[in-house]
Amino acid sequence: MSNLNADPSIHIRRSELGRARGLGAAKSGLHHWWAQRVTAIALLPLSLYFVLSVLMLKGASHAGMVSFMAEPWNAVLYLCLIAALFYHLSLGLQTVIEDYVHKDSTRLATMLAVKGLIVFCALAAAVSVLKLAL
Amino acid sequence: MAEFTLPKNSKIGVGKTYKAPAGAKRVKEFKIYRWNPDDGKNPSMDTYEVDLDACGPMVLDAIIKIKNEIDSSLTFRRSCREGICGSCAMNIDGTNTLACLKPIDDVKGAVAINPLPHMPVVKDLVPDLTQAYAQYRSIEPWLQSDTPAPPDGERLQSKEERAELDGLWECIMCFCCSTSCPSYWWNGDRYLGPAVLMAAYRWIADSRDERTGQRLDALEDPFKLYRCHTIMNCTQTCPKGLNPAKAIGKVKQLMLERQG
Repeated sequence: MSNLNADPSIHIRRSELGRARGLGAAKSGLHHWWAQRVTAIALLPLSLYFVLSVLMLKGASHAGMVSFMAEPWNAVLYLCLIAALFYHLSLGLQTVIEDYVHKDSTRLATMLAVKGLIVFCALAAAVSVLKLAL
Repeated sequence: MAEFTLPKNSKIGVGKTYKAPAGAKRVKEFKIYRWNPDDGKNPSMDTYEVDLDACGPMVLDAIIKIKNEIDSSLTFRRSCREGICGSCAMNIDGTNTLACLKPIDDVKGAVAINPLPHMPVVKDLVPDLTQAYAQYRSIEPWLQSDTPAPPDGERLQSKEERAELDGLWECIMCFCCSTSCPSYWWNGDRYLGPAVLMAAYRWIADSRDERTGQRLDALEDPFKLYRCHTIMNCTQTCPKGLNPAKAIGKVKQLMLERQG
């Protein structure tokens, strides 16, 4: 609560309206919201494809795996899955962090760490696919 | 971080019990949150036994009876007693609603009454709504138009244009919805909350208003608007049966529409 400051040594004399207006509107947010929904919908067929491909490859040899990924359709669909999945993950975790981490410095640090890790994992997954495919 | 437990000085203890008069046949227990800023004590739940044969049908009738006949120190807001002023908004039996519209018989067992959740408490069942009112003021809830009104009459709307406002204008700003919203609990200082966002949409949807774009501009913010995660507590709890979640959805839809 803005009018019940956690630190009693800090007195807030700014008006309630001034606090409600705050720093004004950031003029963004739509893109994040829309991308979260678009990636969610894209992940429906892509996840189904992923599960089916894993079932199909059950017990496959290394050569079988390589020849599966060498098929351009499979490699492209896997890359689409990786892009949608990790973008969606990044948007979702950003929402969670914004919801629950309130201290600016902690929020910034958590956000950078999480997003960095996501980019690393996404690139690692993409490179794995490309190594098999190319 | 978001707070998931009450601070030490807000932990609720067991309070006093006021027995029903001897000979009462239909006794109902009311467990009511009590906190007095002047005595330095933690809040407590006091128990009042009320004879329903000598009491009106609504929860508001019971707490007025308690104040008049059992314990005059019980503090709450009320005015119209017919669901139009929004003063007696409180949490009854776990749900935010208006005490005047909530029949006692709807509650099985003891009736638990708390102030609206996650707002600073002034005393007992009286929440401090200053922040919510300031947020309402910040969306400029009045008609703004560059075209002057006709000199000989009011600004006209078609029947269809007027119908756009149905389900919006009925809001009485009781803040049952905003105070039921977890997003508003965690980020109420920046998120405007369902009541204020529905009020904003009421003016965005008004055919006579000419500041639609500026109104959308003022909401386009990850916190002011997009903290709404469609949890739907607002719509479920609204004592007037309105749908703030739908109004927020319409605002997001318009944001998308103007993006092309």
